[in-house]
Amino acid sequence: MPDANPVMEAIDETVTVKRQAFEVIYDWVTTVDHKKIGLMYIAYALIFLVIGGLEATLMRIQLAVPNNHFVSPQVFNQLFTMHGTTMVFFMGMPILFGFGNYLIPLMIGARDMAFPRLNAFSFWVSAFGGLLLYFSYFGASGLYGAGSAPDVGWFAYAPLTAKVFSPGHSTDYWTLAVFLSGIGSIGTALNIVTTIICMRCKGMKMSRMPLLVWLYLVMSSMVFVAVSPLTAAQIMLTLDRYLGSHFFDTQAGGSAVLWMHFFWIFGHPEVYILVLPAFAFANEIIPVFSRKAIFGYPAMVAASIAIGFISLSVWAHHMFTVGLGAAGDTFFVFATMTISVPTGIKIFNWLATIWGGKVHFAVPMMFCVGFLFQFLIAGLTGIMLSVAPFDWQVSASYFVVAHFHYVLVGAIVFALFGAFYYWYPKMTGRMMSETLGKWHFWLFLIGFHLTFDFMHIPGLLGMPRRIYTYDAARGWGMWNLIVSIGVIFQIIGVGCFVFNMVRSYFRGKIAGHDPWDAWTLEWAAPSPPPSYNFAIEPTIHSRRPLWDLKHPEDPDSDYE
Amino acid sequence: MMTTSTIPISTQVEPPWILPYRGTVGMVCLIVAEAAIFLIFFVAYLFYIGKSLSGPLPAQVLELPIFSTICLLSSSVTVHFAVSALRKNNLRNCTLGLAATVLLGALFLLSTAREWYHLIRNDGLTIRTNLFGTTFYSLVGLHATHVIVGLIMLSIALGISLSGRMKEAHSERLDVLSLYWHFVDAIWVCVFLVVYVIGR
Repeated sequence: MPDANPVMEAIDETVTVKRQAFEVIYDWVTTVDHKKIGLMYIAYALIFLVIGGLEATLMRIQLAVPNNHFVSPQVFNQLFTMHGTTMVFFMGMPILFGFGNYLIPLMIGARDMAFPRLNAFSFWVSAFGGLLLYFSYFGASGLYGAGSAPDVGWFAYAPLTAKVFSPGHSTDYWTLAVFLSGIGSIGTALNIVTTIICMRCKGMKMSRMPLLVWLYLVMSSMVFVAVSPLTAAQIMLTLDRYLGSHFFDTQAGGSAVLWMHFFWIFGHPEVYILVLPAFAFANEIIPVFSRKAIFGYPAMVAASIAIGFISLSVWAHHMFTVGLGAAGDTFFVFATMTISVPTGIKIFNWLATIWGGKVHFAVPMMFCVGFLFQFLIAGLTGIMLSVAPFDWQVSASYFVVAHFHYVLVGAIVFALFGAFYYWYPKMTGRMMSETLGKWHFWLFLIGFHLTFDFMHIPGLLGMPRRIYTYDAARGWGMWNLIVSIGVIFQIIGVGCFVFNMVRSYFRGKIAGHDPWDAWTLEWAAPSPPPSYNFAIEPTIHSRRPLWDLKHPEDPDSDYE
Repeated sequence: MMTTSTIPISTQVEPPWILPYRGTVGMVCLIVAEAAIFLIFFVAYLFYIGKSLSGPLPAQVLELPIFSTICLLSSSVTVHFAVSALRKNNLRNCTLGLAATVLLGALFLLSTAREWYHLIRNDGLTIRTNLFGTTFYSLVGLHATHVIVGLIMLSIALGISLSGRMKEAHSERLDVLSLYWHFVDAIWVCVFLVVYVIGR
């Protein structure tokens, strides 16, 4: 639909003058435009994805064969701590906020977020947090010379974080980095909720919002109640370490279990905070490539809200081995199992959307199909782990590691890659190469399954997580080797993706407004959209405004 | 979205498209997030009641802060008075209300400072003494920090209104600030209950 809006392009005659590098940098550093901030979020997260991925690679090299001496135990501890912290706080959150920042105002027909300057602040404070985390490599020992990275694990259980067991400043860098990332997350979440409630264009009732917008609304609301406890816990930990208070000091009557509760009150909703945007991408991509409207829109909204609520009451399933007592265990077992009902509703709705559709297997759709299957399997191992007696057997083993990587990589990263292929044309104005995309998909799929399918087995055989090496007689060697070989495929796959992005930026086919023949408002704006998004503020009459525009004889508003 | 040469005449009148004010929604979001932070500190406080390994204990050293509670609670009334005066474009009363709020807030802070001085100096209770000290100073301190932030913002508003640049059009913004102040007040009610009633 390239000529749907001649008026818009007549107004958008930006003079293209070659600008100096300094001006460009100044422009990006001082910008309050939601699209530029979104892109900065994404770029920054991709850098951390590569760093976190390298850390994972180093760990897999170390574990590939028994009795390996590739890295020392100390370095290994730092690697898994930095890998976890980086991937959750500095890759997962920023990349999802980046997409949200970019897409939400476009999808609801707004010109920017509700608080553009707060938006810039949130981004920069998160970015600073990431730098602080990695600065620990140089500065964590203060004046005493070489630094060291945090090595307390990404959930930093007490009393390991006490001054006695974590001397130097590495844990403080971790605390500050996570604290700042939390401030940034709360700021952006506040912005997203306010934007969605207050900035919708005419006719965009709550019941007509694209599902992506709905899911970001639920996800951002969860950030308030999930990330804030972590922020509070980090304040307490800092007080413990700097002012000598006793929150988590067992010597003075403090409780280490309290930290576990505080951390997982954040930690489990966090998983859903990360996965809801992945659902959001699937909600947008699957209908477009099935050429059907989404099946069960109200059920999808209700299921998302239900997930939001239930996920706040499942945290202690991370703590079954602590010994919560029969009542506590039972409650958290059932709460955890209950959450599979709304997620099940979602999976069936996606299947029903594909069912009978004219499915077009472009790269975004391929990634979404991968997401569907892998998320299902991740959910199934999740139900296994929710059963307390089973959890007692495999807790803190590689089975758990395999399970949550199945969610984080198999579901979230797959949906994210789908989102990249789907919205790249909107963000840059050029299509990504389908051939390279298919290489990326298949290589990454093979690598993913080699790594994370086979990772379940050493877990069941009793291999604990976070060990830096193991004895050959344990019989874990072959499985670990297969797991490590999978990493090679994943790296080549991601290499294809990065190459594809860079190449397509210069050589890709020009995309035009709406390369996928999609239905949501962002495709009505030029690609890339001008800073004001829409020259005329749109008015909409149904959930698929562009369908109405393309098919005036049969608009959706007749059926909703 | 399209250019039309004729003006379409719709037979049914569409309701006007009005969305909530973004300042209010943003402040409500912030309050929810802040409430979650406070909730964690409250949980820690309640969890550690009676678990201190050494004295002094709350029953020995804490006194009911009646005066400061009255100050803070009445400041909620005065800030409400200021906002409603501004809505009616009564600048003088608005300034008066803001000044009273700042004064009452400052009095609250002063009496907290006195209480802390007393506790540290006479009772030897610091944040490192025992679990009571740890949870007491962090919870009350977190609340006091919010009072200070609120006072700074209220003082700025007072300055603006003293210089005569406050307009009726700003009433929505002042309302957002008053929302924050009411929240700080409500938290104090919880602090009062948890620290001085349940915890004593």
